[in-house]
Amino acid sequence: MAYKAKIRVTLRPSILDVQGKAAQHALANLGYTSVESVRIGKYMEVAIEEQTAEDAGRVCTEICQKLLSNPVMEDFTFELEPVN
Amino acid sequence: MADVTVGIVVFPGSNCDHDTEYAIASFPGVKPVMLWHNDHDLKGCDAVILPGGFSYGDYLRCGSIARFSPIMREVIEFARKGRPVLGICNGFQVLVESGLLEGALIRNTGKKFICRQSTIKVVNNGTIFTDGYRKDEVLRIPVAHGEGNYIASPETIESLEEHGQVVFRYTDENGNATEAANFNGSLGNIAGIVNRQGNVLGLMPHPERASEALLGSQDGRRLFESLFRHVTGA
Repeated sequence: MAYKAKIRVTLRPSILDVQGKAAQHALANLGYTSVESVRIGKYMEVAIEEQTAEDAGRVCTEICQKLLSNPVMEDFTFELEPVN
Repeated sequence: MADVTVGIVVFPGSNCDHDTEYAIASFPGVKPVMLWHNDHDLKGCDAVILPGGFSYGDYLRCGSIARFSPIMREVIEFARKGRPVLGICNGFQVLVESGLLEGALIRNTGKKFICRQSTIKVVNNGTIFTDGYRKDEVLRIPVAHGEGNYIASPETIESLEEHGQVVFRYTDENGNATEAANFNGSLGNIAGIVNRQGNVLGLMPHPERASEALLGSQDGRRLFESLFRHVTGA
């Protein structure tokens, strides 16, 4: 079965996001003063070929832990969907 | 000094590899050997240096792809055996990504890439990398990085401090770890740390760029000198 994993990697709440802060300042300059904060993360789409959704989910968790995110500073979440 | 072979790992995107080669080749008896990222062989070297630069274009996170290159399997094994490994700048980022050192290096708080002379203090001169310095000696060694902001959990920081693993701190010229001297925002002004065993050092400043008078500072030389002296047992 082919699966598509939609992975989101975000900086942990305790980590200062200087990129997000810069974007927020730019938005404030544009007049969007109601925007109180911006946090910038990464979105990845990964195609996985596995027998079951459970296997694909296990692979996805592993690759997020090993490479796609750094647990010292980032959290990850993902959604898995079958591809026809 | 007896002969020492020092491996310098070359990743695609490394750019301080030849500076490092040049700097260490000036020590009598020291033979630099370039180690390509796709190699599996450390070529019998006595110490390994991970140089600065932008390995794999800093894709994903600085050092994260380099950490899984074939040569790193050997470097990690080498380090686990207690052999000396030095990571400079991007090399430090590779070491934290590989888990040989704790913590992480994130974007400088001021967002900018910072390329300038820095002053750092030798907090621990009891390591194989720093025993050629005096304790609390202030060194002038340049930095050039966008992601040098050292972070770690409060427990990790506490443990690093407790075990003398903080080796260098950004300070002013008088050795005061002020906020102004901490240009990249690192926790505790941390510029360099060593692992618990004391054989793996990572630092953001570039000692190879402070290794001869023409460069404006020679303060980086004694780091290499200390390391080579320990490797030869002299």
